[in-house]
Order: sequence, then C-alpha cells, then structure tokens
Amino acid sequence: MTRAAEIGAHQIGKTFGSFTALADISMVIGRGEFLTLLGPSGSGKTTFLMVLSGFEAPTSGHLTLDGQEMTTIPAEKRGFGMVFQGYALFPHMTVAENIAFPLKVQRKSAAQVKARVDAMVEMTGLSGHAHKRPTGLSGGQQQRVALARALACEPPVLLLDEPFSALDKNLRGQMQDEMRRIHRDTGTTFVFVTHDQSEALALSSRVAIFEKGRLQQLAPPREVYERPANRFVAEFLGDINILPVVDGTVEGRAVQTPGPAGDLAIRPEYMGLSLTDPADGNAVAARLTDLTYLGAETRILLETASGSALVLHRPTADLPEGLTPGAAVWATWAPSRGFLL
Amino acid sequence: MPAPTRALLLIGPLLLFLALVYVLPFLGILRWSVTLPEPGLEQYRAALTDPLVRSVLWRTLRICAIVTVLSVVLAYIVALIWVRGSPVQRLVVELCILIPFWISVLTRAFGWLALLSNRGIVNGWLQATGLTSDPLTMVRNEFGVVVGMVHFLIPFAVFPLASAMRSVDERVLMAARGMGASRARVFWQVFLPMTRAGVIGAALVVFVFALGFFVTPAILGGGRSVMVAELIYLRIFQSPNWGLGAAISVLLMLAVGAMLAALLRQARPGGGS
Repeated sequence: MTRAAEIGAHQIGKTFGSFTALADISMVIGRGEFLTLLGPSGSGKTTFLMVLSGFEAPTSGHLTLDGQEMTTIPAEKRGFGMVFQGYALFPHMTVAENIAFPLKVQRKSAAQVKARVDAMVEMTGLSGHAHKRPTGLSGGQQQRVALARALACEPPVLLLDEPFSALDKNLRGQMQDEMRRIHRDTGTTFVFVTHDQSEALALSSRVAIFEKGRLQQLAPPREVYERPANRFVAEFLGDINILPVVDGTVEGRAVQTPGPAGDLAIRPEYMGLSLTDPADGNAVAARLTDLTYLGAETRILLETASGSALVLHRPTADLPEGLTPGAAVWATWAPSRGFLL
Repeated sequence: MPAPTRALLLIGPLLLFLALVYVLPFLGILRWSVTLPEPGLEQYRAALTDPLVRSVLWRTLRICAIVTVLSVVLAYIVALIWVRGSPVQRLVVELCILIPFWISVLTRAFGWLALLSNRGIVNGWLQATGLTSDPLTMVRNEFGVVVGMVHFLIPFAVFPLASAMRSVDERVLMAARGMGASRARVFWQVFLPMTRAGVIGAALVVFVFALGFFVTPAILGGGRSVMVAELIYLRIFQSPNWGLGAAISVLLMLAVGAMLAALLRQARPGGGS
C-alpha cells in the first residue's frame, strides 16, 4: 500500500451556536505520518477528527488533500478509513461480512472481495473468527475487526477515534504494538485521537495537543514532553516540578537556569536525590514528605523550605538506605533538564 | 430469603390475578368445547369442516396478514420520522400517535364510516371534483375493515419499532456512510436489519391484536366480511351453539400461541438469519 496522502488544515474554525469548538487550527499531516490528536475531553480533538473525516463541516477555513481542495467533499466521497469509538461494527453481519462491506460498496468482484477479506483477516490476526458475529468476540478482537474493515479499501488516510478506550490496560499495550506494526505495514497516514498521554507518546511520530479548541503544540513526542510550549502542555503530559526563579536563584541558591526569571520546570524523572549538599550543580534543599514504592520505581514527594512540592521518580535500586519521611535531602538536576515556562 | 423466592413473592399477585381472570375462564371455555351439547370432539370436527367457519377463518387470516403488513410498513415510516426527524416533525408525529389513544375504537369506526360510506365525505368530494360518477364502495367490505384496522393498529406498531430504532448506534450508520455507502444501501443493508427485532415485535403485536378484532370489522364490514371474533360472538349470543363457539375460541387461542412461539424464536438474537 503506497496510497498514503497528505492532509492540510488551514485556519480551521468550528462553532456550535455560541460555543467555539475549534479556533484557527492549521497543520500539515504528512504522508504516512502517525499523528495523534491529544487533549482533555472537550478540547476539540474529536471535533477536529470529525472535520477531517467530513462528518462535520468546518465553520471557517479549508482542508486540502495532497494539495487539492477537499473542504466540501462529503465523508462518503473522501475514501478515508475510520475506526469509531465503540468500534461501530455491523452487529447483524459476521466478521467477514463486516470487512467485505466497504469492498462491496466499491463493487469489487466476488473473487477480489474474498481475497482482500482473507488478507485483512490474516493481517489483523482474526483467523478462525471470520464467521463469528461481533457480539461473540472480545473487545480486542472487535477492535481488530474495526481496523480490518477500515483498512480493507486501502484508504489513503486512516482516522481513529479513541480506539482503545474500551480495552483494559494490558490489552491496550498489546494493541498499541499491533497498531504500530499495521501502520508500518500499510504505510498509510494515521490520525489518532486519544486523551491518554502515554498512549500518544508511545504511538505517534508527532503529537498535536489541543486545549479549549486551540492547538497548543505540534511536535514529536520527545519534544512535547521535554520541551513543552506552555504550562498547559507541560502539566497535561505528566507530573512536573515547578520552581520559581528570582534573579537567577531558586530558594535563595544560585543555580544555572535558561533565564534569570520565570518558572523553572523539571520532569520528575530528571530530578535526583542526594543526602548531602552537592557543592556544585543545581540543587535545592527539601524535606522528604512521602515515599511510594511502585516496584521498579519509587515515587518520592518532597517539600522545599518555601513550601513548593516536588515529585521525583527514582529507580528503586539506586535509592539510599534508610530514607524516611522527615529526612533532610537535596533535590538535584542537570541544568540542561530545566526549562522556563 | 433467596432471590428467586423473593421475586416470586413480588410477581405473585400478578400471576394470581392473571390465573383468576384469564386461565380459569379459559379452562371453562375449554370444557364447553368438549362437553356441549354432548361430550366429545364433535365441535372441533365441525369447526374445521364447516364451510362457513372455514371461510371466516380464512378471511380472518387474510385480513390479518394484509393489516399486519400495511400497519408495520406505515408504522415504520412514522417511527422513523418520530425517532430521526426534526424537532417539529417529532412533535407532530407524537401527537398523531397519542391522540388516537384518547378516542374510543367505536368513535373511530364511526368516523371512518362517515368518511368512506357511499354518501360519505370522500365520495362526496370525489363526485364533486368529477373524478368518479358513481360512489366507490369503501365500507361494508374488506377494504373498509382493513382501513379501520390499520388506522387503529399503527400506533401499537410504532412503539416497538421506535424503541428498536433508538437503540441503533448512530456511529454504525456513520461508519457505513463513511465507507461510501449510499443512503439506500445504509437503510436496506444496515438500518433495517438492525431494527429487525422491532419489526418482528411490531408484526406480532399487530397480528395478535388483529386476530381478536371485533368492533371495527363489525361496523366497517357491516356483517358482510365477518371475522372470527364476530363469528364466535354470533355462535355464543345469537344462534346459541356454545360448544362450537368455544371450539373456535380454543383453535384461535392455539393459533395465536403457535405464532407467538415461532416469532419469539425468530426475534431472539442470533435466531434466523
């Protein structure tokens, strides 16, 4: 499959009455990209997907497909594959009939339909289930059917609306691996909506973060996590420690920061713990308030003299012996790991 | 107290009531059918061989089948507008479904008589506009009976259909449309099969209701297209032959029971295909 397409969104706006669902969204989704639309519920990510699919018309702005105008082309003519939240399988058809439906719509010959259905059943690991109805399948299997049906016609773009939201955690991990493999095998452009940060970081080539109908940041996973564009992105993607910087000092101690003033942000994984005052390097004195053993990692809560709460994630194996709440410690970080918000 | 026992206690009064008002009288009818005028199955033989009874049974089945098909098809359209129409359409349909329930079946039958009789409103209009010269005979025949019955039964078919339509996930329809399916294909291959249980339920309600119709056929059929309920009435009250009336009642009951069983098996998920 090499029909992957490029989608352009240009100043897309969408309002429902007086409610602004999307405001001024512009982006180019590259051929064969795996783009995730991430945001809390009500942030506009699903609305944007619906605009891309053609099920919702934008109030303003326009869309292009490989440079060609596509804004007014209805969903049924776009030829995109779509996986809906809750799968939206045809309950009265077998797995094979579900997958065959889009092929029959395109008037493929019976032999072509059969060959393609067999190939999709094989690719999504549904062998032996082709003659079952969706109600007889597990959540993960239904997910595969939805994926097979959406990919049956070799769509240039596959849109996925929270496809894993109904699966339990272990199955999610499995399906994520599978999704990456299928993306690699098909080469199709994937646009994937989720509210799960770790899912977005694990799957995508780029993440688009939405909040209140606006695009907050569009960048590769590592960049949005380690160099968030603003405080919302920083806090939405996981725990973050914020230390106010005044004249190049933190808690009265001179440290190396990217700038002389602002809020210094450091991810919990990048903060170290020391029982003695490190003479050189960035550090703040703090009191240990709580420890949570999580197996491979331990989550440590600290409080600085001025009352700022800090969170650290440290490998359990590296922790000093005898840490108890109340202990005086130093939280340390490499200068390159701190950024100002 | 274990759950099944408690459930039985809760539903007990209803079961007792049904036993008293339905089962006991029906057992009485059953007894009549094999004891009057003398013990034996003579009345059943008569019911199944008497040309009059057979023609009435046949007419009843035919009218009920026609009424069921018409009512379910029309109710499907009404339900579709009720469930998926604009707010104004929904309100209008809701009123059209609910208002008939406030009007007695007798009033409605006479209303149709006023509309459809030879000197009725419709014929008056047809002749005034010159579309016909002679009045069309629309009552005192099967046509009138079917019109009256369909009108009465549509609302009863709308409810099971609407509930089946409401349970169709909008996203399934979107999925079909997104794959390029035309509206006609989405309807025939996705929406209609997904509301199949509602269609079967509606057909069941209408058919069983129609079998026992008495007032509407009596008035709009004018004694010329007698249906089985009227025949039973005549056998019990006019030409006293209680045994035969009872035997026909039992046969009717068996027919309804058999049909219910067959259709319920069809309606069960995964049944049929």
